[in-house]
Amino acid sequence: MSIDATLYRTIRLIRRFEERAIELVNTGEIVGGIHPYIGQEAIAAGVCAALRDTDIITSTHRGHGHVLAKGADPVRMLAELCGRVTGLNQGRGGSMHAADFGLGIYGANGIVGAGGAIAVGAAWAKRRQGHDTVSVSFFGDGAVNQGVLLEAFNLAALWRVPTLFICENNGYATTLTTEAAIAGSITERATAFGIPAITVDGMDAHAVLDATRTAVELARSGGGPSFVECRTYRFDAHHTWEHKARVRYRPVEEMETGRLRDPMEIQGALLDPATRAEIDAEIEELLEHAVDFARSSASPDPARAMDYLYATGPLGRDGTGLAVA
Amino acid sequence: MAILSYGKALQRALRDEMGLDDQVLVLGEDIRVGVNNVTTGLLAKFGEERVIDTPLSEQAFTSFATGLAMAGLRPVIEFQIPSLLFLVFEQIANQAHKFSLMTGGQTRIPVTYFVPGSGSKTGWAGQHSDHPYSLFAHVGVKTVVPATPSDAYGLFVTAIRDDDPVVIFAPAGALHLREDVDIASLAPVPLGVGRVHRPGDDVTVVAVGHLVQVALDAAELLADQISVEVFDPRTLHPFDWAGLAASLEKTGRLVVIDDSNRFCGLGAEVIATAAEGMRLTTPPKRVTRPDGAVLPFARDLDMALQPGSGQLINAIQEVVKAAR
Repeated sequence: MSIDATLYRTIRLIRRFEERAIELVNTGEIVGGIHPYIGQEAIAAGVCAALRDTDIITSTHRGHGHVLAKGADPVRMLAELCGRVTGLNQGRGGSMHAADFGLGIYGANGIVGAGGAIAVGAAWAKRRQGHDTVSVSFFGDGAVNQGVLLEAFNLAALWRVPTLFICENNGYATTLTTEAAIAGSITERATAFGIPAITVDGMDAHAVLDATRTAVELARSGGGPSFVECRTYRFDAHHTWEHKARVRYRPVEEMETGRLRDPMEIQGALLDPATRAEIDAEIEELLEHAVDFARSSASPDPARAMDYLYATGPLGRDGTGLAVA
Repeated sequence: MAILSYGKALQRALRDEMGLDDQVLVLGEDIRVGVNNVTTGLLAKFGEERVIDTPLSEQAFTSFATGLAMAGLRPVIEFQIPSLLFLVFEQIANQAHKFSLMTGGQTRIPVTYFVPGSGSKTGWAGQHSDHPYSLFAHVGVKTVVPATPSDAYGLFVTAIRDDDPVVIFAPAGALHLREDVDIASLAPVPLGVGRVHRPGDDVTVVAVGHLVQVALDAAELLADQISVEVFDPRTLHPFDWAGLAASLEKTGRLVVIDDSNRFCGLGAEVIATAAEGMRLTTPPKRVTRPDGAVLPFARDLDMALQPGSGQLINAIQEVVKAAR
């Protein structure tokens, strides 16, 4: 598959995966809702196209795109969102914690900015073990106001850890605008630590891919971390509860303008219509199967609700005081 | 036999484990110099990739260690003051502790969080004198508080080898302890197995860390009137409930001395559990810090808020008197 087709396929997969997931939220089959990534797909697609299977990512509460782009099975991913035992995390993690350690996906994370230092540690460990692994920490614009992330920048720069900090600036931290939240510029948060930083068009998968390739090369050659700010726009809600709560914080005009530059259309325009139709059809079939698979999969056994809490096995008492181990 | 100090026991445990397993490394503030003496000499022996002085960035280096663990290493973090654990509660309780369950068992986080000098050091005031073991036991992080040098050795070794996050508190009040032991006999101590330091028939005193010595001293003082059994759970989570039940089968009376704040502290848990299902012939008592305590600076004020031997002796006498 050409790189154009690959990027388009990833974007299309994320888009349709999320649209199907929102349908399942609306029917109550996904409990707890999701944080839609729709509009931001070119970032995950572009970044992950520059990575190897052995590279590592840490993701965010808005993590479906990263997890899918890194190669997680969409079928098991959807089952995870539906809380099924066949899901990536056996129904223990759901949307905000989807992980596949075999593919270097060290988990979506429900705490803003929390994955940064984990990614730095993972890359440091791999380097010590003699690998040329790169780790990528995805986070939003809101995360650059989290102290732990700034501390992580310092460690990564100081110890020249092969980490990429990918900031997805969609203009809002939940409902607060970037202008109302961030003093100075986002990239200067990184350059203050001596980390090279650039801003790219996050709606253009090729722009993201190019920036990521440069950063990956620098990291693999011992040059330390890089920071890429991807300017993007979230087409949908912060979280699906917004649909029910009828929260209003973005001007209609802004939303309409924002949606004009659709990464799926930008990338799709680079393909001949037949190729595009073929990819679209393949993804529809895949997701149809994913929905069927999730629906027909078993829910986890409530008696196993505490499984996996400890790597070393059950420990302590249940809620009535009976000994578990 | 040799005289083993509590601090030397910790140092030996860490050095031994680093020697046995090159995936073990230690990181923290001022550890190359070894301001607590626990990491003294490790830099020369193991090199700077395994003895890492960190910037003052507790939150980042705590989650950095989580990343190390996910990628296959076994980090030990030394925290210079116990209250720093409040700063990294997110990184331990909400990240490291939860990853195994949230990922359906895909990863393990074998990080040891080590606090050489927890609780009051007298005169270190409000932000350096906490002893927050109850907090970690409450959220389910494996929590260890050794009372003696040989237990400090054995529990530290076990914590490092454990595949889950473990917090190990070395109480400031125990660091001066020395023990006459055969060094060759030092061995790992399993989690969840308590220790009866002194057998007795009239009352069980549950004591943790440096308070074991306080309990032993009280037991000795009362020896001609009351036969006190001193039970040290050694690890708070997992807790040796069977060991406690066996002791209460014999004594039927319970006093807990606990260097936690009273409200929701370890003492509350021990008494609740005993009341729910163990043999108690009289109402139990606990001696703790006050509700919500913050240790004041002045020596007399600091001492006034710590659970001590006078209060313990009173509690033992009252519990025993109630039955007679």
